[in-house]
Amino acid sequence: MLLTAEETARAARFFTDGITCLATRPVRLMEVCGTHTVAIFRAGIRQLLPAAVELVSGPGCPVCVTPNEYLDTAIAYSRRPGTIITTFGDMLRVPGSESSLMAEKACGADIRIVYSALDSLAIARDNPGQAVIFLAVGFETTAPTAAATILQADKQGLTNFFVLSAHKLVPPALKAILATPATKVDGFLLPGHTAAISGLEPYRFVAGQFGVPAVVTGFEALDILQGIYMLLQQLQQGQAELQNQYRRVVKTEGNPAARDILDQVYQPAGTGWRGFGEIAGSGLELTAAFRRFDAQAALPLTVAGSREPAGCRCGEVLRGLITPPACPCFGRHCTPEQPVGACMVSVEGACAAWYKYGQGRWSCE
Amino acid sequence: MNNREKRILLGHGSGGRLSHELIRNIMLPAFANPALSELHDGARLDVGGTRLAFTTDSYVVKPRFFPGGNIGKLAVCGTVNDLAMCGAQAAYLSAGFILEEGLLLSELTLIVESMRQMAVAAGVTIVTGDTKVVEKGAVDGIYINTAGIGVLLPGVNIGAPGVKPGQDIIVSGYLGDHAVAVMSERHGLTLPAAIASDCAPLNQLVAAVLTAVPQVAMLRDPTRGGLATTLNEIAAEAGVGMILEENTLPVRPEVQAVCELLGFDPLYLANEGKVVFIVEKEYSGKVLTILRQNPLAAAARVIGSVTAQPAGQVALRTTVGGLRLLDMLSGEQLPRIC
Repeated sequence: MLLTAEETARAARFFTDGITCLATRPVRLMEVCGTHTVAIFRAGIRQLLPAAVELVSGPGCPVCVTPNEYLDTAIAYSRRPGTIITTFGDMLRVPGSESSLMAEKACGADIRIVYSALDSLAIARDNPGQAVIFLAVGFETTAPTAAATILQADKQGLTNFFVLSAHKLVPPALKAILATPATKVDGFLLPGHTAAISGLEPYRFVAGQFGVPAVVTGFEALDILQGIYMLLQQLQQGQAELQNQYRRVVKTEGNPAARDILDQVYQPAGTGWRGFGEIAGSGLELTAAFRRFDAQAALPLTVAGSREPAGCRCGEVLRGLITPPACPCFGRHCTPEQPVGACMVSVEGACAAWYKYGQGRWSCE
Repeated sequence: MNNREKRILLGHGSGGRLSHELIRNIMLPAFANPALSELHDGARLDVGGTRLAFTTDSYVVKPRFFPGGNIGKLAVCGTVNDLAMCGAQAAYLSAGFILEEGLLLSELTLIVESMRQMAVAAGVTIVTGDTKVVEKGAVDGIYINTAGIGVLLPGVNIGAPGVKPGQDIIVSGYLGDHAVAVMSERHGLTLPAAIASDCAPLNQLVAAVLTAVPQVAMLRDPTRGGLATTLNEIAAEAGVGMILEENTLPVRPEVQAVCELLGFDPLYLANEGKVVFIVEKEYSGKVLTILRQNPLAAAARVIGSVTAQPAGQVALRTTVGGLRLLDMLSGEQLPRIC
């Protein structure tokens, strides 16, 4: 049901008034998902909250958490003769150790932006003499599409289509955050779209094992305000539960059909996260039946010497240890035009959101 | 190959911050003169006592044909509109064609016929031109450059110095239609028929407003970089702030849905048939009445106002009551992952 502007404003006031009443002590809430981060800034929600409620961004931007080793490998493949790289646009500007895919593209590498993983198959069919490598980046939400694409490639008998997988699972990263006492999170706004695939079960440990309240939340401004309100209600009442604010989309059991496709093609494996290092069971690798589509298995290539940019504190931002302005690079020599770190590049990056939507830069009317 | 040396990126052509840096750092120092330094949509010139506007633009759109238009229609409307935004009535146009070897003559004929029709609709004459053919692969089918000259309307003085706090900001209709129509064609998306490019000559619409309300302080068509970038340019040039009200911004639900799918913000998408007016509040009603009588501006509305502080920035008051910065486009808008 669509709300009128007046109804939206009234509902927003109800939640912000409620949040103000419930915020009787300082609390630190983490929005795990990059889409939440952007929605919070786009709606100006931080300004509407009392000073006692602090929002901190988590590791939910897939571009941001992809480490430089992966980017350097993708760049090395883009330089490989007879290779076409297909990617979502977000990855283009992220700086690797020495270069970026956009810089390689400007120098002549065949790098093509796709809007769906399936677009890569048409490119592979049209270029039978070339290897087409899809940069498979994203969480539970995008991984089923990549898996479906691999099933299609298999069905079509394509032998020149490959994926470079950096798919990641959210719950293991949450566990890593909860195991870091320095992060001090009082409650989590959990990503609605990954829960729509996985269901609620993988997130129950947050409240069950660690005693921290969590709310699976949607992406409209009112969803987020309601999610914060629900977290504060739990904190006020001394509860720690997993609640679902986004019932209109997220079912308790998730999307079994999408998970079936995923399970056919991928299996959990350890993988590296920017800021965290290797997290066991947090990545997805191709199962033996589909390993021939794995770029690194089929077209081996060695990349050495990956390093993080000097002074960049994206890793701490992603772990919720600091906010972007605490990084010495932020807004000085790291801007959206000249990004140093991934969090300033991605449209869902916390640094880009802080910078773009002017937190601290717009202070009066 | 030195990959660290700075090169032209696609974002330099986005109309956003990178484009501005290119113009400021390379073009302006080389060509500096008072007419160019105004950085208007066209140069305002005095030629033998006649106040003229002069402009040029190149059209490289892909695909060449899209819902609601083609590159030829765009090439005439775009230049006519640039002159209109200076407060001028377009009179004469030139047309330069760069054609790729192998282009179908039937396509070229369709494109040229669209140009003829738009020139008639706008009341301008294409009086000179040029044609070059380059090898296959050197351009993408056809590129067109048009230049235009027009006479400035009497009593009208469009420019940043006239933009003052307290004035209203008016937009003539729905935002993002052109960019979404082109992108959907480019990416094979099936859209509702309602979304077609808004490409249209705006000179008669603008002339009707300026004749009745010559006090209009500023006009701009929000093309590359969209409304947000256009308003940032004006705020920076005029040294004022601006606050837009999110719940007044005209965006079709279908356009919003496509934007959400592809990760775009409609406020940064190009329009080819919309105009932004900045005018004292007392004249807003009159401007809106005139606009709404024209089918090209039936959905015109006030979307915000000019403020004093903070100078040079644009903000948006959101539907839930928050206030956030509406920055200039910082690079090319790219599709997102999730």
